[in-house]
Amino acid sequence: MMDAIKFVYTVPGDDFSAAGQASADLKSKLKTMGVDPKSLRNIAISLYEGEINLAIHAGGGQITVLVYPDKVQMFLDDEGPGIADIPLAMTEGYSGASDAVRSLGFGAGMGLPNMKKYTDEFDIQSTVGQGTHIKMAVYLKD
Amino acid sequence: MKIKDIAALLSAQILTPEISVETEVHTACGSDMMSDVLAYVKDQAVLITGLNNPQVIRTADMMDMVCVVYVRGKKPDRLSLELAVKSNICVLCTDMPMFSCCGILYDNGLRGA
Repeated sequence: MMDAIKFVYTVPGDDFSAAGQASADLKSKLKTMGVDPKSLRNIAISLYEGEINLAIHAGGGQITVLVYPDKVQMFLDDEGPGIADIPLAMTEGYSGASDAVRSLGFGAGMGLPNMKKYTDEFDIQSTVGQGTHIKMAVYLKD
Repeated sequence: MKIKDIAALLSAQILTPEISVETEVHTACGSDMMSDVLAYVKDQAVLITGLNNPQVIRTADMMDMVCVVYVRGKKPDRLSLELAVKSNICVLCTDMPMFSCCGILYDNGLRGA
């Protein structure tokens, strides 16, 4: 496989207004690199959902993005509380978010399902008390 | 219709004079829940919302929207407006409630998904 172009972002866990900076920056960079609009939107939405999760659920985390000619891989890693029941968390409409988070316009239980919906590859591993690791990929059109 | 037509129909104030109001738009969605906007919206150009935080503009940016209308007299903060200008998103605000805004815009030709 060809060498990838790598981008790394740190997502703070205590600044909700800053959430989305990484996704916006990546979207801008990929647009400059000529990524097709549909793939670009899928990457932006899935990463943005993940970034929001890192900010509101995990106390922050790290995003690593690898850009290949044929796909964009995204890794989201945190050392937050973890997810006890992943199938439940993947259910549309289920949310463990607080009322405070809902008042910010999120916590409808669509975050993880959206990330899966908008990506071509999606894998989530989580250990309660240790953190969550998500790997996603979007295939690029010619 | 053009963004400037939306402003006129909703008696809305234009908060981003740097951004063109001549852009043609055909579709819109109304929601205070950004999760739902990200989940269900497809190719809508205008977001009508009563939610007021920077994630509204972030969400519109991710969805390639070109205009955000704040209803019920909500006024976005400075960070939201800076993000909007950076993302080339026109921001309007109106005193009208969400239901009336959606009805008026639908009646004048804007459509949902």
